[in-house]
Amino acid sequence: MPESATPLGHPARQTSEAELVRRVRDGEHDLFYELIRPYERRVYSAAFAILRNTADAEDAAQEAILKAFKHIRQFREEARFSTWLIQIAVNEARMRRRKDHADLMEPIADRPDESGVYTPRDFADWREIPSEALERKEIREKLAEALASLGEIYREVFVLRDMQHLSIEETAETLEISTASAKTRLLRARLMLRDLLAPGLGGPWMSRLSFEKGAKPW
Amino acid sequence: MVVNCEQVWHEVSDYLDGEVGVELRAAMDEHLRACKGCSSLLAGMRNVVSLYGDERMVEAPLGFSYRLQRRLEENSHPTRRTFFGWAVAAAATVLVAGSFEAARSYGLGRTPRSAHAQAGNHVPPDLMVLVYPEGKTFHAAGCPFILDKKNLRPVAAQEAQREGYVPCVRCMKQYLS
Ligand SMILES: [Zn+2]
Ligand SMILES: [Zn+2]
Repeated sequence: MPESATPLGHPARQTSEAELVRRVRDGEHDLFYELIRPYERRVYSAAFAILRNTADAEDAAQEAILKAFKHIRQFREEARFSTWLIQIAVNEARMRRRKDHADLMEPIADRPDESGVYTPRDFADWREIPSEALERKEIREKLAEALASLGEIYREVFVLRDMQHLSIEETAETLEISTASAKTRLLRARLMLRDLLAPGLGGPWMSRLSFEKGAKPW
Repeated sequence: MVVNCEQVWHEVSDYLDGEVGVELRAAMDEHLRACKGCSSLLAGMRNVVSLYGDERMVEAPLGFSYRLQRRLEENSHPTRRTFFGWAVAAAATVLVAGSFEAARSYGLGRTPRSAHAQAGNHVPPDLMVLVYPEGKTFHAAGCPFILDKKNLRPVAAQEAQREGYVPCVRCMKQYLS
């Protein structure tokens, strides 16, 4: 959890970042890359989560970063630079997705159905996936696949909140939805992913892996 | 306050984020101690959040930084573009990553050196591209059509063509007519 490891108030980082912003604004354009470098992969991954295609995501990410450069004067110093950057990337990616699918109906899975009653799947044996498993490409790919299978309204909230570490308020603001709605979607997204990644249920791949048994069966 | 399973399912996400009030939290703690199902649900959700929140889940394609820096360079110093691009093309042998701008300025108006170059193929001979043993095409770094990322080998386009590779229609599109 990188963001919690680096608290918001980390003084050294904030000072140098604010300093960089100011200098770029004052014409030292060469420093802009220095400023965004810690976040470039996050910008890409935010775009990818929305567009689900590497070429489109790279294009959108580059474009978003260029826009941030051109509009750096609009950045308000009291905001977090990373959040501002991610918000631009999300807007860019969503704009492109709308263009691509302007003529398509919204898939059924994407229609808001936030009032439905959820019943968790009943697991015979839930196993914890240790974070070391992320060293394995196949695991990262399976996780990405599970995420990609979510309806977009759930995926977007999950990506911003749990992968980009925006606050729930920032997430809601970026997606132009209410905080309550963001929370409901986040709950759903987390529950769906948990169901998808459970052994034997939608995730038979898990049973091939020998992880230690975690919580006891239902 | 006492909560049942359904209430726990409804609040479990906020609980995990520390966004439930003191009283509700206490009631949920009480329930979770006794209910295997709900504690397993919480464990699963916590696992999901920590896995996806891991830095390792955030990846960008090979060469992403490089291409981004080139693009920024073009935009902040439009007049320096040609020289800078050329210098990069000349210097970078391993930093393959689609130095498109460099390649374009170098290749413009030049006849491809290779006698084997296909008609309509204007790939600059010195452009560094990627090939892999089982492939038939050569690519720019980060091309989604690279199937074998493990055995990539950087090589000048001219050399790749001599070895019988043809340009990828997707990532080399701008050089093909
Ligand atoms: Zn329960
Ligand atoms: Zn290609």
